Amino acid sequence: MTLAKRIIPCLDVDNGRVVKGVQFVDIRDAGDPVEVARRYDEQGADELTFLDITASSDDRETMVHVVEEVAGQVFIPLTVGGGIRKVEDIRRMLNAGADKVAINTAAVFNPEFVREAAQKFGSQCIVVAIDAKRVSAEGEPPKWEIFTHGGRKPTGIDAVEWAKKMVDYGAGEILLTSMDRDGTRIGFYLELTRAISEAVPVPVIASGGVGNLDHLVDGIRQGKADAVLAASIFHFAEYTIEEAKRKMAANGIEVRL
Amino acid sequence: MSTVAVIDYGMGNLHSVAKALEKVGHGVEVQVTADAGHILTADHVVLPGVGAMRDCMAEISRLGLDKVVHQVAESGTPLLGVCVGMQAMMDWSAENEGVDCLGILPGKVQYFGSELTDGKTGERLKIPHMGWNQVHQTMDHPLWRGIPQDARFYFVHSYYVEPAGPEVIAATSEYGFPFTVAVTRNNVFAVQFHPEKSQHDGLKLYENFLNWDGTSPT
Repeated sequence: MTLAKRIIPCLDVDNGRVVKGVQFVDIRDAGDPVEVARRYDEQGADELTFLDITASSDDRETMVHVVEEVAGQVFIPLTVGGGIRKVEDIRRMLNAGADKVAINTAAVFNPEFVREAAQKFGSQCIVVAIDAKRVSAEGEPPKWEIFTHGGRKPTGIDAVEWAKKMVDYGAGEILLTSMDRDGTRIGFYLELTRAISEAVPVPVIASGGVGNLDHLVDGIRQGKADAVLAASIFHFAEYTIEEAKRKMAANGIEVRL
Repeated sequence: MSTVAVIDYGMGNLHSVAKALEKVGHGVEVQVTADAGHILTADHVVLPGVGAMRDCMAEISRLGLDKVVHQVAESGTPLLGVCVGMQAMMDWSAENEGVDCLGILPGKVQYFGSELTDGKTGERLKIPHMGWNQVHQTMDHPLWRGIPQDARFYFVHSYYVEPAGPEVIAATSEYGFPFTVAVTRNNVFAVQFHPEKSQHDGLKLYENFLNWDGTSPT
């Protein structure tokens, strides 16, 4: 009887459609977020994360409808990130049926927003998303900094210290993305994941770099993550969630099968 | 038409609870409401909740819902507490330096503690207790019908219920130590996990609740 480690597929949504391509064996066009969510739910996903990458704020209303639609059909926890900047944004997403919101850039520019959000809605629904990138040279002790704008803008903020601060401010969970690994498919940045996970008392979701199922196992066992997030390995039907869980179980990791 | 009232005191994700009840309640009208009349005439009542206990209890009292929930509990109408809704049914919670709760069921609500470790591996356990854990049914009850023993349900909480006596315990789970995750007495049933976020088994529990006449099995 132990808490299971979680597998969380992540869907990037642009103006109401899943982008980066999603493909299931028996469905040709699966760009519909509701369809994709249902499929992952059937496969045994433990939670779903939607990242709204819509550029214009006018189109953000579309995301609210997507969340409403998914929440009426899929009965697992839903996290929504992207464009969460005001208390009103959080309220809207929670009312639409999201269980958690991920705050990223807004936390960096205004840490008090995290405190306010946690006080208003409870820490359990406030995820702080951290995009970290290594700033120390090879051979030096590792040091990671927070980057914004998709990993392009450095902030000078130390990632480990930032994670601790965000938990003090009320974050109930940390979504940690390695900007060095994101999109590389060579595996999580395990050293970074472990450093953050051991530094904070709240659950940490590892993200960025997954290319195969062994990477998920490593993220939990070596990275000490509480949950693993992946996009492309599931989107292109290379692996199902169930296969991922069986792999984890075979490696002695507690999962929900 | 049969009705189920989801008590709305301004805290928590009522949308999810209502959606789940709609999904399984064929021909059942789901009312999200703070209206005493609606709550007291409903065939089934759900007390949900997330957030901090002090705020929850303050809102419940401000809206006069404390008396209403007591009336429901005494009326024999099936009443289901979920997460903070379960905690609110106890006598007292250690959250926010101590909060008096509804006292519908005897017991306290305690903090998991910041030094929690796994009994077997010795690894530090994260707080909140967040994710899918196994629920061990300790009594035969209509609400467990069709739900496998040790099925996994979705949890997110930092405080847990410690009943005054073992007779109300309906299920336990383990996180560093065994703790109570479901309690029941007469027409009242309460769970720490979120059935509305626990996929098939969670929906099954709501379905069982809507089919329950409120009589206890013993």
